[in-house]
Amino acid sequence: MTQPSDLPGSLQEIVDDFAALTNPDRLQLLLDFSRELPALPARYAEHPELLEPVPECQSPIFLLTELDTSQAAGDRATVHLYFSAPPEAPTTRGFAGILQEGMDGLTAAEVLAVPADLPMRLSLADAVSPLRLRGMSGMLGRIQRQVREKITAAQ
Amino acid sequence: MTSPTTVPLDSDPKFADYAAPEALVSTQWLADHLGDPGLVVVESDEDVLLYETGHIPGSVKVDWHLDLNDPVTRDYVDAPAFAELMSRKGIDRDTTIVVYGDKSNWWAAYAMWVFSLFGHSDVRLLDGGRAKWQAEGRELTTDVPTPERADYPVVERDESGLRAFLPEVRAHIGRPMIDVRSPAEYSGERTHMPDYPDEGALRGGHIPGAQSVPWSRAANDDGTFRSAAELRAIYTGEKGLQPTDDVIAYCRIGERSSHTWFVLRYLLGFDKVRNYDGSWTEWGNAVRVPIVKGDQPG
Repeated sequence: MTQPSDLPGSLQEIVDDFAALTNPDRLQLLLDFSRELPALPARYAEHPELLEPVPECQSPIFLLTELDTSQAAGDRATVHLYFSAPPEAPTTRGFAGILQEGMDGLTAAEVLAVPADLPMRLSLADAVSPLRLRGMSGMLGRIQRQVREKITAAQ
Repeated sequence: MTSPTTVPLDSDPKFADYAAPEALVSTQWLADHLGDPGLVVVESDEDVLLYETGHIPGSVKVDWHLDLNDPVTRDYVDAPAFAELMSRKGIDRDTTIVVYGDKSNWWAAYAMWVFSLFGHSDVRLLDGGRAKWQAEGRELTTDVPTPERADYPVVERDESGLRAFLPEVRAHIGRPMIDVRSPAEYSGERTHMPDYPDEGALRGGHIPGAQSVPWSRAANDDGTFRSAAELRAIYTGEKGLQPTDDVIAYCRIGERSSHTWFVLRYLLGFDKVRNYDGSWTEWGNAVRVPIVKGDQPG
């Protein structure tokens, strides 16, 4: 690929990391993301009803976005992402970990501009199967919808 | 198979009441027999990474998407691909295979069913699966074994008596059929499992005449199978099935119905139980096949 990337640098870096590996190593990297997924902060851990379920995933996962408008408002506000998924669902946790590392801290505009085919760019289709990647698409779609709703609500 | 079983059977008294006690092993039996010559332990999960987080020492991974499904046609791998898979995993034709996995052994039972399509004779399930092994604090490792390559023969699938296709299911309407999905999928309120991805069925409901027995009724909370008496009370008592019946089981893609296939075939000794792996993702999309909505078989 020589065309300029339409991904934020943080996500492009992850895409490049996966592309450089063989399938078994891609699984190991996905497992690393799974292990590094941050735990929910206490304010959400105690209020699971605030998180949105993602039924496209085979295993239960819940997510929540936050719009930090302390520095800038509207689509220049900073997005933070929170996920909750059990340890017996490492693939789903891995997908969440990729989105967390690649998108947390981006502006709302950058989050909304992430292309829907991101999961298919991760070179994971052969390692985990395309069907399983649909769970990640479900998470991305929900993140973007929440961010859109929160921008509107803050106006 | 003419050679005698070299890996001993599990004499756990719980299994003695099942029709085929040789098709199950307990976690204790497996712990005692790990490393036995002629035994290969296979982990098969819904989650493709679970094996990598830690597995039973010496076990090899078989993934239903990547290893058992043909990548192009909606079918299982062909005979050469299956032989290659087994050889790579160190499995010979006379190897004793013990399969275990997550989700109360759904995918383990599914793998066992696919192994059976290829006529592998000695396949056993670990009662309680991965969850029970883990709950008992037994050893897990991230060391991936490098099995010595085996020489598995290329054997064509013999699906008769094990697998049902849509025309056969259609012809079977009016005879015993079990829908193992959740009540809401059976009634047609929804076309996929609660909290599961929608694999795309245009219509909801069930095949006319199919009785609803969600797969989970056959499992205890710890993922082990219910006792023979409890299972008989459900399938023969409540649902009126007989071991001599010709039964077809289905779900959404054939994984949960593999669990029920195992129960009817090996635990209750039904003569003929076929899994309809096309299941609702085929029937619910097929043109002009009959469908019944609501909670009655119809």
